[in-house]
Amino acid sequence: MKMRRSLASAVLVLIALVSLRTSAQAPVGYERLLNAAKEPQNWLTYGGDYFSGRYSTLSQITPANVKSLSLSWAYQAPVAGSWQPTPLVVDGIMYLTQRPNDVIALDAVTGRVFWIYRHQNAAELVVCCGSNNRGVAMLGDTLFMGTLDAHLIALDAKSGRLLWKTKVAESKDGYSITVSPLALKDRVLIGVGGGEYGIRGFISAYEARSGKEMWRFYTIPGPGEPGHETWEACPPNPATYCDPEAWKHGGASVWVTGSFDPQLNLTYWGVGNAGPDYNADQRPGDNLYTASVVALDADTGKLRWHYQFTPHDHYDYDAVQVPVLADITWQGAPVKAMLWANRNGNFYVLDRVTGKFLHAKPFVKVNWMSGFDANGRPIQTRQPAGLPTYPGIQGGSNWYSPSYSPRTKLLYVSTWEFNAHIFGGTPTVYEAGRGFGGGVNQTYVPTPGDPTRNIPGAPGLPNLRRGPINNWTDAAGNGSVQAIDPTTGDAKWKFRMTDVTDTGIVTTATDLLITGGREGYLQVLDARTGALLWKTNLGAQMLNNPITYAVNGTQYIAAAAGLSLFVFALP
Amino acid sequence: MMRWLMTSVLSLMLLSGAARGAQNPTLQGHPEDYVRADIEYGSRLYAQHCSGCHGSGGDGVAGAVLRSGKFRNAVTDPQLRTVITNGFPTAGMPAFTLDPVELTGLVAYLRNMNTFDAASTKPGDATRGEVIVEGKGACLSCHRVDNAGSRKAPDLSDIGANRSAGSLERSLRDPTSQMMPINRPVRLVTRDGRVVNGRRLNEDTYTIQISDEDGQLLSLAKSDLRELTIATRSTMPSYEQELTSEEIADVVSYLLSLKGR
Repeated sequence: MKMRRSLASAVLVLIALVSLRTSAQAPVGYERLLNAAKEPQNWLTYGGDYFSGRYSTLSQITPANVKSLSLSWAYQAPVAGSWQPTPLVVDGIMYLTQRPNDVIALDAVTGRVFWIYRHQNAAELVVCCGSNNRGVAMLGDTLFMGTLDAHLIALDAKSGRLLWKTKVAESKDGYSITVSPLALKDRVLIGVGGGEYGIRGFISAYEARSGKEMWRFYTIPGPGEPGHETWEACPPNPATYCDPEAWKHGGASVWVTGSFDPQLNLTYWGVGNAGPDYNADQRPGDNLYTASVVALDADTGKLRWHYQFTPHDHYDYDAVQVPVLADITWQGAPVKAMLWANRNGNFYVLDRVTGKFLHAKPFVKVNWMSGFDANGRPIQTRQPAGLPTYPGIQGGSNWYSPSYSPRTKLLYVSTWEFNAHIFGGTPTVYEAGRGFGGGVNQTYVPTPGDPTRNIPGAPGLPNLRRGPINNWTDAAGNGSVQAIDPTTGDAKWKFRMTDVTDTGIVTTATDLLITGGREGYLQVLDARTGALLWKTNLGAQMLNNPITYAVNGTQYIAAAAGLSLFVFALP
Repeated sequence: MMRWLMTSVLSLMLLSGAARGAQNPTLQGHPEDYVRADIEYGSRLYAQHCSGCHGSGGDGVAGAVLRSGKFRNAVTDPQLRTVITNGFPTAGMPAFTLDPVELTGLVAYLRNMNTFDAASTKPGDATRGEVIVEGKGACLSCHRVDNAGSRKAPDLSDIGANRSAGSLERSLRDPTSQMMPINRPVRLVTRDGRVVNGRRLNEDTYTIQISDEDGQLLSLAKSDLRELTIATRSTMPSYEQELTSEEIADVVSYLLSLKGR
């Protein structure tokens, strides 16, 4: 027996367009990932493409019509907490994660859900900063997600069914995965979090088909490996609790996705802070490869080169920014460059073929260093106890992604300006699975007329979440979007915000710059001038990277604020 | 299973359960409530997990004779499932982690130990069943197991953790009787005349999300449809005449082994 559903005739009259997807869902093979920039209707990797420039050639939304944007749909996550995923969009389907480790397939036009996969994490989780996850990767018909209990899972994108699950590390010892994986060739690359728990970090590759580990690169070299000597033998000093085996639990986590240059066959990953975070005295030496970028052979995981942004880091200056790869002109010659606005407050240009330091310049107030030597090593100026260090713990920028526009040849960065901490490191004994921060730090709010003196009890910048009232004010620092010229390191323009920002950036071929901030505004700027073109209040802070995509000829902008993902399009 | 089940526990069960059973006797299954396929599956699970302590005849633990199928502290089937799942740690019986399908089988067997003659039943062979699924039964022309097969019909990769043996057997003989509403075949005709057949994944007042016969994920506005038909008969053929009872038992046995990942 067949049941026919009667449809209200009034509704039938209203809509004439047929919304049946015309673009078939094809597997996302490696060739498609290599050419991701050629299908701007999709968002195929965490960074948009392997160069992580977050630049889209979509052009339907322009400076002239952006004011007409209106809400197409919203999706609300059921679990509270900072929501950090970057969605993928593939042939009209959006793949999104939500806390703690759900994967959702939605119709990218209506937001209606096709399926949800719920990963059951281990009961005992050790994570520093909440149940964060930054999204999935896709290869073929398979989605990949790292989990808080340090597994890598593969799902059938059509059904959400689990295909395989591989244990990456031991979660009770402080390992977790929040990073969105990077899929390339026949494999999936992932890194581990846990820099506040004394892990020994690594980046590893898994066979996409089976989940079998193909290679592992430890971000702290072991005995006999080059770089191990940067974890120096300790001088006897019981006052500082110098740790003779500091390398075994020296942190060096990896929690933001890397980039890939297929021609060079190199994959680049930022490495997190050393542990204990704030008491560097108990781990003498440069502590490679913490606070560094590493360039690895994608086939073998062997280190090709590295550059350390913050040797012997005292300040939790993770180098977990997405490596932005761009081909630029430097001193009159073309250079395969890597652009990097680092948490430590400096903007860097490196030669991504060799790792050579080309130049760097502070983009926010910096006093932990005073310049660079000829090799690009920072000249450190550690501040006396009780005085502020700029930038503070959250850095000049952080994990949210910048964007590079090949049209304007500018790198756009969300930054925290004039924020500082008074660092207070204390000796800390390592214990598996326990916090290994190594200090208590104060947010810093300078006294008017005496910039070395803190206002006692004044609210400083909240680490992750803001409330509805800003009582810390910009006296504690402020946010800005900066348009940095890679050839000079200077900001061509700045868009200043009262509160700080944890929102990534996407730019388009119509010179739109789409971003947000903790104030909850989704805002579109003119990428050439920094002028505000349009804004709307989404009602909660934005802690993620907006994207743009298209389905059936309509361009969309997707951005999450609070618990909700909002998707806009022209009427 | 049920190793170390102590006499004292059984005594407790036998004493304390009587009153509750009398209050709600209908919650205990009757022999006719159980499907032979479940009982047979349960008998194999019993041999695997339970007979070590309780003996193949159910009388291996003094004072805890399982053969009667009636237990005072596990009058209802849900109570019996709880006993198996939680165990009696204080008395030495460990908890057992069994999926719902296994519990259904085991409970069915425990309720019917006194009448079920294992010797009269030829248990299904999962290996032979797999051959039938991939060959003679042509099941993968519509279904999918792991990465093989079609997306036209529901994925069977974890069917053995979700459907009881009895349900699977009935599904092979009378597919419509076991078809979940969400799996009812959908036929859509768009206003421009395109016909789409598939299965519903999700639906609301204004839209419907389906997986079409090629496994494409489609989301459609109902206002764009000329026709939306939900069939209540399964398109799966009955294997009542196609397979022998032994072959059906083999297929059921194979499907029960598909527990997902």
